[in-house]
Amino acid sequence: MVERRRGLDLLAYAILSLGVVLVALPLYATFVASTQSLDQILKVPMSLVPGSELVANYTAVLTSGSGRTASAPVGHMMLVSLVVALVVPAGKIVISLLSAFAIVYFRFPGRMFFFWMIFITLMLPVEVRIVPTYAVIARLDLLNTYAGLTIPLVASATATFLFRQFFMTIPDELAEAARIDGAGPMRFFWDIIVPLSRTNMAALFVILFIYGWNQYLWPLLITTDESMYTVVIGIRRMIAGGDAATEWNLVMATAMLAMLPPALVVLLMQKWFVKGLVETEK
Amino acid sequence: MARVSIRNVHKSFGAVNVIQGISMEIGDGEFIVMVGPSGCGKSTLLRMVAGLETITSGEIAIGERVVNNLEPKDRNIAMVFQNYALYPHMSVYDNMAYGLKIQKRSKADIDTRVQRAAEILELSALLARRPRELSGGQRQRVAMGRAIVREPSVFLFDEPLSNLDAKLRVQMRSELQELHQRLRTTTLYVTHDQVEAMTLAQRMLVMNAGRTEQIGAPLEVYSRPASTFVAGFIGSPPMNLIAGRIADGGRLLSSDGDVHVRLPSPHADLDGRKVLLGVRPEHLEACEESSAALRPDIDFIELLGSDSLVYGHLGADRRGARIAARLHTSVVARQGRLPLRFAAEHMHLFDPDSGKRLEE
Repeated sequence: MVERRRGLDLLAYAILSLGVVLVALPLYATFVASTQSLDQILKVPMSLVPGSELVANYTAVLTSGSGRTASAPVGHMMLVSLVVALVVPAGKIVISLLSAFAIVYFRFPGRMFFFWMIFITLMLPVEVRIVPTYAVIARLDLLNTYAGLTIPLVASATATFLFRQFFMTIPDELAEAARIDGAGPMRFFWDIIVPLSRTNMAALFVILFIYGWNQYLWPLLITTDESMYTVVIGIRRMIAGGDAATEWNLVMATAMLAMLPPALVVLLMQKWFVKGLVETEK
Repeated sequence: MARVSIRNVHKSFGAVNVIQGISMEIGDGEFIVMVGPSGCGKSTLLRMVAGLETITSGEIAIGERVVNNLEPKDRNIAMVFQNYALYPHMSVYDNMAYGLKIQKRSKADIDTRVQRAAEILELSALLARRPRELSGGQRQRVAMGRAIVREPSVFLFDEPLSNLDAKLRVQMRSELQELHQRLRTTTLYVTHDQVEAMTLAQRMLVMNAGRTEQIGAPLEVYSRPASTFVAGFIGSPPMNLIAGRIADGGRLLSSDGDVHVRLPSPHADLDGRKVLLGVRPEHLEACEESSAALRPDIDFIELLGSDSLVYGHLGADRRGARIAARLHTSVVARQGRLPLRFAAEHMHLFDPDSGKRLEE
């Protein structure tokens, strides 16, 4: 530990305050912009005092979107985003739990081969395999559907690897004790493995919820129908190019709304999240 | 409750033969301790009885049933692991009840059994706790409780006390003994601790490198070790072994380097034969120069309060056998030669090549 000294304390606070300002200022500017009318926002310099249009702006985006660029209501977009952000982590967790369970607890031919196959896909992020994935989804006629939005994002080597590492720290004797108690493999999975993985699952859920919510490139490619826009895509579509003026106040309101759910998830799951990262119940 | 028969059992992992032909008949209600150094295959043998390891060849029968191909749950056994292997997310009660729940027993039945086991093990006040809120000894008792509630025909213990501190180990040892007297269930108990083996066993199986060295009651193993391995493994400090040739018409053991041991009783039949002479440290006693059987040079002395351990060596130039003696009399001399004798019934003779006991 570093010795406690007044000067050092002050320095630490100064650095931390600087960090807070750096992170918070853009957020504050976004918030202020979302409370002003379009005229106010276009003034130079922009006022940093909240305006009077808060309720009007937010009601406008939630119910009808940005009128000039003819986009869908943000309320609906958030619903689509929510579905994606829930289905992706849920699917990832279920599939990775099961595949990690198979890899760790079953001795089948090709076990290591499959593990390495899964592991190697870690090197291929969505962006790299996006063209073939698009082709597959298009052929399957899944463009502009929830299935098309979520399924390609569900497969996860990272989560499989994470659970594998966790399972390998569970003492073998636990599996043997369960075997002597008469628990079959799936019973062992449900009664022992799943409860022990709870904190890991929670931590993973938080990370993956944000990952799902913030997806940009993939939804941008496969959604052409306004009713399937996620909120992140919605913001992109609201920013008009060419002659039409962008309603920045509405864009900023949408951005605020888009930031809300991930922040909520982190706040509400914070306890579990930290637990899952630092502690294992063994 | 049941008898257990182990018939010429072998186990190999690939090319490595871990267990090379072990046979033993275990009577109903017997407490058997399998003892041996690390890696001798004792745990593997226990796990084969449990059904956690396959049997390469040979047969294991519990009761009248050959169990070679039965799943652990169908063998009617219960096992206690070294690290307890309690389910960390379940309460003590649920840990004990889990196996019974899987057997789909009625709630009332489960409750009676768990409460009774908890009472026997003095866990009644702790039933709602999680394993991590328990001390080592309490966890150990929960692991035993989990075994008891199943009312198995055989208990299997795999070094159950080695994670406990010394004091607790002594206490749990006596609790285990009490438990066995109360339940009279056939018990197989694996340990590398010879004190546990001596105090708990009705009969013990001493193993070395996958083979049986000796099977017998603890005192029998102590007083008539079947081989130099057993002689060295059971007893602390281990038995002194002095190599040499019987001479002088069976009255003397001598070897190079001026080592001479006078035998308390003559063995004329062995005259001229090479042997290993064994005598336990606690059977050596200080005596007059005239009646001494051997005169080791003292190297150092450990004072234990109740008695003293004297370490020395025979012969000149430190080339002879090292000797340990546990003496009850206080030793004044710290240096020089200490005259020691031993009684005829405490002398053991082994063949130096095979290590087996020479029957007299």
